[in-house]
Parts: sequence; structure tokens; C-alpha cells
Amino acid sequence: MTAEVDELLSALPLGQKGRVVGFDLPPEYRQRLLEMGLTNGIEFEVIRFAPLGDPIDIKVRGYHLSLRKREASGVRVVRV
Amino acid sequence: MTALASAPVPAPTRDVVRHVAIAGNPNCGKSTIFNALTGLRQKVGNYPGVTVEKKTGRFFGSHGEAMELLDLPGSYSLQVRSPDEAVARDVLLARQPDTPRPDVVICVVDASNLERNLYLVAQMLELQLPVVVALNMVDVAEKNGVVIDLMALREKLGVPVVSMVATKGVGFIELRQAVSRSPLPPPTICAQMPIVLEREVMALAKALPVPAELARGEALLLLTLHEEALAEVTHHDPSMIEATLEAQRRLRVTGFDPLSAPVEARYAWIGEVCSAVLHKGGGFDALTISDRLDGVLTHRIWGWAAFLAMMTVMFFCIFTVAAYPMDWIEGGLSAFGGWVGSLLPESDLRSLLTDGVIAGVSGVLVFLPQILVLYFFLGILEDTGYMARAAFIMDRLMSKVGLHGKSFIPMLSSFACAIPGVMATRTIENRKDRLVTILVAPLMSCSARLPVYAIMIAVFLPVASAWQKSGIMLSMYMLGLVVAFAMAWLFKKTLLRGETPMLLLEMPPYRIPSWRTILIRMWERGGLFVRRAGTVILALSVLLWALSTYPKPSDPDATPAEAIAHSTAGRIGHAIEPLIAPLGYDWKIGIGLIGSFAAREVFVSTMSIVYNVQAGDDEDTAPLRETMRAERHNDGRPVFTPLVCIGLMVFYVLAMQCVSTVAIVRRETNSWRWPLFQVAYMTGLAWIGAFIVFQGGRLLGFQ
Repeated sequence: MTAEVDELLSALPLGQKGRVVGFDLPPEYRQRLLEMGLTNGIEFEVIRFAPLGDPIDIKVRGYHLSLRKREASGVRVVRV
Repeated sequence: MTALASAPVPAPTRDVVRHVAIAGNPNCGKSTIFNALTGLRQKVGNYPGVTVEKKTGRFFGSHGEAMELLDLPGSYSLQVRSPDEAVARDVLLARQPDTPRPDVVICVVDASNLERNLYLVAQMLELQLPVVVALNMVDVAEKNGVVIDLMALREKLGVPVVSMVATKGVGFIELRQAVSRSPLPPPTICAQMPIVLEREVMALAKALPVPAELARGEALLLLTLHEEALAEVTHHDPSMIEATLEAQRRLRVTGFDPLSAPVEARYAWIGEVCSAVLHKGGGFDALTISDRLDGVLTHRIWGWAAFLAMMTVMFFCIFTVAAYPMDWIEGGLSAFGGWVGSLLPESDLRSLLTDGVIAGVSGVLVFLPQILVLYFFLGILEDTGYMARAAFIMDRLMSKVGLHGKSFIPMLSSFACAIPGVMATRTIENRKDRLVTILVAPLMSCSARLPVYAIMIAVFLPVASAWQKSGIMLSMYMLGLVVAFAMAWLFKKTLLRGETPMLLLEMPPYRIPSWRTILIRMWERGGLFVRRAGTVILALSVLLWALSTYPKPSDPDATPAEAIAHSTAGRIGHAIEPLIAPLGYDWKIGIGLIGSFAAREVFVSTMSIVYNVQAGDDEDTAPLRETMRAERHNDGRPVFTPLVCIGLMVFYVLAMQCVSTVAIVRRETNSWRWPLFQVAYMTGLAWIGAFIVFQGGRLLGFQ
């Protein structure tokens, strides 16, 4: 539908802003991400990576949320 | 709506006019508000049947009416993931035996993180319980340039909203007033669900055999459970579960994911609320201070340095600062024991009181200072928000063995004492991960092992330099750590197989800690430790005293060493000699091992009795050291060769010789199965470890 290409949250570089466009995760994982406010259409920013590269700290809905690359690779995003 | 509260109330709560529960997300300042309202009028207990802590306190409304305040565990959602959250949900749904459904819920909301915090409020509003929203930390929000229109928020939520800065005592009068107002009507507004979903919710609600005001909330919670969780639901008839699964299937056909649709509907509603009440001004961004701190504290190099520095300071204080009160407690109690001893004639009763009861009490109390210091530091780390960073930087390492960052805190605490470590596993959501963490936590070298390490090092390296000594100590700590990780990995692969859990970690902004909260928590945890460990260790100390006293030798002039050899403990020592002979131990060391089961540090005093050394001062173990070094087997070989000493240390690193920990694990896992398994596997490991050291060392030509 959009001209932008879907990417995975796990592949975004530091400081990149993005918007969630979909999930490829088991339902209960998706539900947890949604409950933490990472809903479809929400914008976020990649803030930092942990010293060993994983997990990823993102800023969403005004707060910092860390998630592992494994789950982040189930979140489809577009860059904004 | 207060039908449940007006039912006959049991006598002890007669003077309580209202039951109030306080709920909120983690990090929203809930404990600060709870502590400020109740002061020290708090009670900590357990919910029946589960090990979740139940914290209640008494406070008074604006007209002096007594109210009972129940602190619900902090949670992001009523969609339950941990036993803690399950309790919060069950209380609110009047499902928790012994706990009345609250008349009012104070829902604490972090104003600087309004959107996500409103999610729990949205769920609360669906439960048809009177809600008072405590909009906390408005000062932080304002600093961030966020102004919240209080009137608009009240109107949008349809419930009383009180603006607060709990750390500065602002807003409590208004909060008390709001809670005292009577009768508070149940909420009338909540997030609108899509029509298709709403129809299923109503149909299910009608079928559920629960009071009308609970039905919709219950139905909504059931519908949003995934299949596995539904299979575990026990409080509803199987036919209800079947009906829920049917409804979920119908929803999926129409294109609704029953797990996601309600969440998205709530956030859509939150979006509307926020756009009406949030006014983002151009204020400066205070979060940058926190962000800048994170730039250092989670940095690839500085992050580790800061982490190590903090841990060093913490353990330095645990082992040095706490040493003074530990000396006082030990000195005080041994003086007390002496005084009691001087009052009574030489008898079994005297021996029971001084060597059994008082020594047992002292064995528990002596660790209290260390535990308090540990809780002080953990409190600071928690309250400042650093704990989340520690989990953040440690997560990758922990995930290698199948655990996650949150398992790190319990393991860290276990370096001081496994008891707070095991208690700290409660924050771990996944049951299997929690069990794995509990199973390996006691492998961390706790402070009770120190006296044993110290005496063994002194025996086999009498003239060791400080460097050599600390090198050996450090390798024992490392051994425990490495084995703990290896065993965690093994358990995750076999016994408690499961996927590496999902990690969703909030990193709250750094905050100045609230000393009051930290001190209250220290007080509370300390009391818990004394009560939980104290009762069991006392009983077992008495049992061990009996084992090493009876039967008595027929010769009344027998030395204490002869007496203990004649006692049950001595006989057990002889009996297990064939088992421990491959480790190079004789039956006397066997007695020491048995004595150590109550607590490891008892080894030193037991050995003093076995070798008939004047026990004397704990500080001065020189006579014992000399005797141990001079000890010979029947054929003249020395008993305490370097290999035996190292093997013994390895044994103490790996063995579960601590009844208090066994007792805590029993409580936390609610069965004897896990603590017994833990004792078995750790003792097995200890034997193998000591065997490898002794026999392997001999093969390599060492002594």
C-alpha cells in the first residue's frame, strides 16, 4: 500500500525514527508489545543498543522500552 | 456496587469502613504514596496458597475514618504474566479468598508517561470498580514541557483525578478527600470495543456465572487470553472455556485477532483522551539529563566500568561496614549465652539453651546487618532506576544460558545471601525461568562460606600473602558463578525446557531515590528474613544440638571431643566415612559436614569441638588451625593436605548446606520437591567436585 519499503525494527540503525506497520510474532508476544504501547502506526526512535549489541532501547510514547533483537525482528516498520 | 462490602464483615475489620486498593505500573511512585499514607502502620503477609507478598496498611480518610489500604503488585496490564500480576487481577475480580474486593481503587499514573500508564486505567475502568486516579509526578511532566489539563482529564475518564507530587507530599489531602467521598459511583466511561468484539463480550458475559458488575470485565479478560493460558484457567467451568474458544474462533473468521483488538481499541481511546488533555509546551527536555547519564552508564566500555565499580562498592560495604554490627550481635548474644549459662546449673537444659537456642538465634541474626546493607544498596539501585540498566547490559550474557536480564539481580544478591536472592526471583514472570534462577542462586558464594574458606586457606597456606589468599578466594567465587551458569544452561535444556523468554524492559528516567521508601523496605525485608529463616533455623539448630549431644557417653568425665564422637552426629560421621573417604575426608570432617547443614559457618565451631580445641574467640582461629594442621590419619599421613583443603573449599562452594535457603525455596516454590531436588543435585555436584580435586590432584602427583 505504501511506497516505503517494510524493514525490520531489528535492522534499524541508531537514531533512526520509524513507524510500526505490522508484526510477525506469535499472538501472545504481539499482545505484550501492543500492551506496552508499541501499536500499529505508532512512531518510535532507536535510542541505543546495549553494550553487547542486544537488547535495543527504543523511545515510544515518550518512554524507553528495551526489547531483544529476536522480538524486534518480528516487528515490521518503515523509516520516517 | 458496594454489595460485597456491605455483606457481614468479620470482626477484626469491624472498624475499617472502607477497603481501598492501590494499583499502578511499575515505577509510577506507587510505593511512595502507599508509604506516605500508611506510615509504619503496615503489615506484610502472604496471600493464601501463593507466595506473593500481601502488603496492607491502615490509613485515615479526611474525616478520620479508618481505611485499609492494600498494595497491589505493580503491573502494566491485567493480562496476567506473573504470579504477582495474577494476584492483582484476582483481588480486583473478587476471586482472591481472604481478600475482600476493594470498595475503591487508587490507580497511580505517572504524568510524565501518561499514554502507557493510562492503559492500566483503561482496563480498571472496564471492571466497574470505583476508581480514583492519582496523577503523580506532575512536576516531572511539567519539566518535560507537558501540561495536563486536569479538568479535561476528569471529564474524559469520568472518575476523580487528583494531581500529585508524592515525593514532596503534594496532593495527599486531595487524595484522602477523593477516597473518603461516599458513595463513589462506578465508572461510566471505558474504551469502546469494535462492535463485533463487543457482541461476543456481552454474550460471554451473560453466560458467566459471576455477579453482573464483574461479568463484562471477566469476559473481556477471558477473550483476550491465548489458548495455552486458557487451558490453565481453573476458576471457570470447562464449558465456559469452550465458549471462549468458540468466540475467539468466530472473531478470527471476521478478521479480528481477539488478543490484539481490545488492546488496540484501548490505545485508540487513550489517544483520544491524550489529545484532549495533553498540552505539549516548548519547555526544555529534562530527559536529556537521564539520556546523558545513560550515554555513560550503558556505554560499551564505561557502562561496564561503572557497573563493576558499583558492585565493588556494594560488596565492599556488605563485607566491611556490616562487620561492625555483626561483631556486636555476635558478642552480645554470646555474652547473653554466657550469662544464661551462669544462671543455670550444668545440665542438658543449659546446654540446650546456650548451645542450641541462643547459638541458633545468633546464627540467623548475625547475617541481618549484611542483608540490611544489601537491601539498602538494592533499594538505591532500584529507586534510581539503575536496576533496569543493569538488566539491560547483562541481558545478552544471561540469554546465552536461556535466562534474561531480570535473573541477574537474584544471582547478584545471592553473593551476600541466597535468601534475599531467592526472594528477589519474584519479578521473573516465567515460572520455569524463575525456578531455574532459584535452583542455581545458592551456588553463588554467600558470606557464610567466607569463614570456611578463610580457615581452609589458613590451614594449607599458613604464610600466604594477601594476594595469594584473595586469589584463592576469587577463584572460589568464580567457580560458583561458572557452575551456576552451566547448571542454568543444563536445566533450561533438560528439566525445565523452554524458550528463552521474551524481554520487555522499561528503562525509567533516573530519579533521586526516596530514602524513606528505601528505609521502610529495608525494615520490612529484614523482618521478613528474621521471621522466615529464623523459625526454621532455630528448629534445626535445636535438632542438630540434640544430634551432637545424644546419646551421651557413659563416662561422665568424657571430653567434649569424646562426647561428640559418641553422639548421633559422631555415629553418622562414622557411617558416612566410606562415602567421603574417596574425597580424602575422615569421619571427623564428616561430623563437620553434618553440622554445616544448618549453616555453613558452623563448620568452624563444630571442628573446634571435634578437635577439642578451646572454641575461644571467633576472631582467633589459630589454635584450631594448628590442631588441624597437626592432625594425622592412623598411618601417620596428614589429614589436611592441600588437596583435601582445596577439595573441602570446592565442596562448600557447591553444596547446599543451608537450612534457611531450603526453607525459603520451600516457601517460594510451594512444595518440597524443588528444595529436595536442589539439595540432592548440589550435594552431588559438591561430591564430584571434591572427588575431582582430590583424586585428580593425586593422579597429577600433588598431595
